[in-house]
This record gives sequence, structure tokens and C-alpha cells, in this order.
Amino acid sequence: MKIVIVDESPVRAAILEDGLREAGFTNVERIAEMRSLLARIYAIDPDVILIDLENPSRDILEQMFQVSRAVRRPVAMFVDQSDAASIQASVDAGVSAYIVDGLKKERIKSILDLCVSRFNAFSRLQDELARAKSEIEERKTIDRAKGLLMKAKKLSEEDAYRLMRSTAMREKKKIFEIAQAIITASELFK
Amino acid sequence: MTAEREHLRIGFIPLADAASLFVAVDKGFAAQEGLDVELVQEVSWSNVRDKLNIGMFDAAHLLAPIAVASSLGVGHVKTPIVAPYNLAMNGNAITISPTLHEAMQARLDGDALDPLATARALARVVADRKAAQAEPLTFGMTFPFSGHNYQLRYWMAAGGVDPDEDVRLVVLPPPYMVGSLAQGHVDGFCVGAPWNSVAVDLGVGHILHFSVELFSRCAEKSLAMRESFALEHPNVVAALLRALHRAARFIGEADPHEIAALLARPDRVGVGADVILRTLQGRLKIAPDGATRENARYLLLGQEGAERPDPTQAAWLYAQMARWGQAPVSTALLDAAKAVFRPDLFDAALPAAPRPGDAIGAFCGPKFDERDLDAYLAAFPIRRAP
Repeated sequence: MKIVIVDESPVRAAILEDGLREAGFTNVERIAEMRSLLARIYAIDPDVILIDLENPSRDILEQMFQVSRAVRRPVAMFVDQSDAASIQASVDAGVSAYIVDGLKKERIKSILDLCVSRFNAFSRLQDELARAKSEIEERKTIDRAKGLLMKAKKLSEEDAYRLMRSTAMREKKKIFEIAQAIITASELFK
Repeated sequence: MTAEREHLRIGFIPLADAASLFVAVDKGFAAQEGLDVELVQEVSWSNVRDKLNIGMFDAAHLLAPIAVASSLGVGHVKTPIVAPYNLAMNGNAITISPTLHEAMQARLDGDALDPLATARALARVVADRKAAQAEPLTFGMTFPFSGHNYQLRYWMAAGGVDPDEDVRLVVLPPPYMVGSLAQGHVDGFCVGAPWNSVAVDLGVGHILHFSVELFSRCAEKSLAMRESFALEHPNVVAALLRALHRAARFIGEADPHEIAALLARPDRVGVGADVILRTLQGRLKIAPDGATRENARYLLLGQEGAERPDPTQAAWLYAQMARWGQAPVSTALLDAAKAVFRPDLFDAALPAAPRPGDAIGAFCGPKFDERDLDAYLAAFPIRRAP
């Protein structure tokens, strides 16, 4: 069975491709460039097309199904119109599947389930990355505020941190927020 | 206030004909009706349709033919959709490359403003290219179920060009139209504002016809919602319709510069205000040399009762689907198509709003008669077999 992945994100496409291969779908191709999209799809002649939901080329694919219906009777997008839960899950995850040929419903269902979990894994990965980045930023801010306190109040590093922490607890705020306030105040006093 | 549910998510594509939605939110008309409307910008019509169908959007700015197709289960998963409000009528244009423009001028026999004369000129150019064994001309449009597709096809076929045999019709997302014309991937396209004007400004396109020159009234964008949503939330629907009506009236009365500036925002249409202004005023630069053409009916937002959905318009859109082989011909489908447009919901919310006439006003061809669809379709020499 031939599967085409249309995705502009190389990382996500790779995650998806790996998952499909692990599941035994070895004939997988990726199209990243949208200009030659239709020509490539016609050349590859896939059974299933998986596309990132936010890809503007989805409208182009819809036309392909209109035009080639006479030739090959391609049908069905997502899984089946009776399967509302699958549609919901795939849209939530950001993936859309187009079935080009008369595939068995069970087979496409397993492909789509795999895509949904892979797409979700990808967005978790991105969330973690964003969180890690913001943690680094927070630490930098706290260090800067600590330095300002040490200088202004002649405190040791440990005492400066303790002062910020007790202030944060008293005001029911995060240490990061106190640190931001210290930095803002020091800019104003400059 | 009257609404059962205040928060609404409404999807839209960045186009000038979503103006009433933008104004209803940005000028506070929705809030005054007790609605908290969140407008969500989308990249493709497929996405707008899917998110509406599965309930991620409560309502959407949608191509009127998609509302009909969704309800009929044509081309995609069947979901009953209702369209209680017309966001826009008309507003499209056909733009062609300078090369094609020159070729058509040379083969024009008659008035360049007459769509039948230009369609025949196109047919001669197509025949010339066939004789010279050149590649067929390629035209872009925005979606298989769109006014753009049907307007382009109707016009071409009127001149004797079979849109499926003699030329290539391709779908392109509106923001890619101008680039594709500039790079020669397409020879022309039919699209809404602002993309025709953008092509003219860049010197890569000539506006050949406004869509209003082909059809005097053509439902373009609907405010669409799931039938179940409309049934469950009649007061929300009425409140939203009143907000849209006030917005449309405001657009008609306010300084167009103010409206253009509002639409130009990056989270709305996101192009220059001057380009949008031309659309709102129906005065478009049509050629790179600066020539302009004017038509006060270029884009109807609230004027002439354009807001009130007219089932005859839905019937006409379904007839186009049948003509081009997208849908089979049947009375049941015709009735289902007409039931998508809901003047009853509109009248319940806005009993005093003006009622439109129901003419399609095609520039040529048989008069549209929904009571005898077979005879109407049979009157076209070029069409797909049912």
C-alpha cells in the first residue's frame, strides 16, 4: 500500500513516517513542496494521502478528488462519515486523511489512529520544547534580579534568593514575577 | 441579554467579503447583542468546512456552494448546514495575464465589455493554440464548489469553450493566485477581492470582467452553521443576524476609508487599505496602465436586500453542480439544496429588512427555472452528461 505524507514540517513528517514504517507500512513518500503537489501525487498514485490540516493545499486536493472521480472512483476523507469520533480526533490532532482507493475501513482506521497519536506526540514535543525554553528564560531573569539585589542591598547570593522567595510567598506570586518586578523597578530608578 | 450562549467561535478566510463579520465584532454590534464572538482566521475552505462540520466552529464565513454541497453530501462528508444570512453577493472578477489579454484583443469581434464577445474571443484563442499544438490554457479558481468555478465555466462555455476539455481548471488558494499568474503557471483566474487588484497593481494581470457583469445577483458567501446548532440556539442565531445586519448598514453609511482601514488589519484581511477601498467603492483599476472600471454593484454586502438568503439562489448553485457533473439531477437534491438557505430564520430575526428580487440575471443562456431543471440544463450545448 502506497502512502503519501503532505507536510511542510520535516520533523513531524519524519515522526509520522517512522511510525508508519514501524507499523509495517513501508511504501511511504513525503511531499513538502506544494507547487508540484498534484503532479507528484498523480505520479506516485497513492492509496492514502495524509495531510497536515493547516496546509493550504488541502483545497487543491479536494479538486483532485472531484476531477479524478470519473477515472478511479476515489472516495472518503477521514475515515467514514458515520465515524464522528475518528473525525473529531483527527481534526483535534491536526491531521486529515484522504483515501484514494477502495481500502478496507479497518486498515485505514489503524493508519489514522497511528497518525493521530503521532501528531499528538509531535505537539507534546513542541510544548515540552517551549516549556524548556521558558524555564531557561525564567532562570536568567531570576539570576539577574538576584544580582541587582546583591548589589543594591549588599546581600550574599543566598540571602538575595531567600529575600525574593519570602517576598513571593507573602505576596502569593512566583519568584519569577518578583524577579521581573525587581528588574522593572531597577530600570525605573536608573 | 437574549442569547442562550454568549461565546461563539466563527471561522473565516481573509477576504473583503467577510466585512460584516469583522465590523460586527470590531464595532461592538455583536457585544451589544450579548454575544462574545471569537473570529478565527483559516487557511483553506476545506478547513473551514471541516471545523464547522465537527463543531469546532459554531458558524463560519463559507462559500455559499460549500454550504449546499455539505448538506447534499456531495464531494465530502454529509453534514446538514443552514445559511440564514448572506454575507455577500457578487464581488469576484476574472483576471488574465497580459499575454492572454493581447491574444484575446487580437481575436475580439465586438465590445470588450460584453462577456459573450470576450468568451468567443477566448474560444478563438483556444482554437489557435490547439492548431499550433500549444499547451492548453490554464485557469485558477478557489474551490470545486465555488462561485468562481461556476462563473468561469459559465462564461467560457458561453463562447464555446469546454472547461473540462479545452482548458485546464486548477484550484489555487487565493493568496497564491497572483504569484502563479506572474510565474506563468496560470493564464488567468477568477477570485474575490483583493487578489484581482493586487495582480493589476503588480502589472501581471488585466481584469477582464467583474462577476456582476456575468450575473447580476450571485450568492457568494454565506454565514453558515450546522442545522442542529441553529435548532438548539434560535436566540443566538437571531442575535448574530441582528449584529450582522447592523454591521452591514454601518458599512453602507460609514466613511469607506474607515471600513477599509479596519479590514486592512493583519488579523482580518491583511492587505493595503487602498486596495480594499477600491473593492468597497466598486471602482477597480483594471489594467496596469491605470485604466479603471466602475460598478456600484461590484460587491453587495447589505445593499439591495443582498443579506436575505434566497432559496432560488441555492437552487441555481445546485443546478451548476448538476451541469458540471458534480451532483446527479434529482428533485430530492434540488429541494434539499433550497432548504439550506433559510429566509425564515432571517425574517424571524429581521422582520423589517428589505426583501430582494430573485433574479440570477445571467448575461446569456436560458432563463433559470428551478421548476424544470432538466429543460434548463438541456438548453446548454456544453455540459457534463448526468
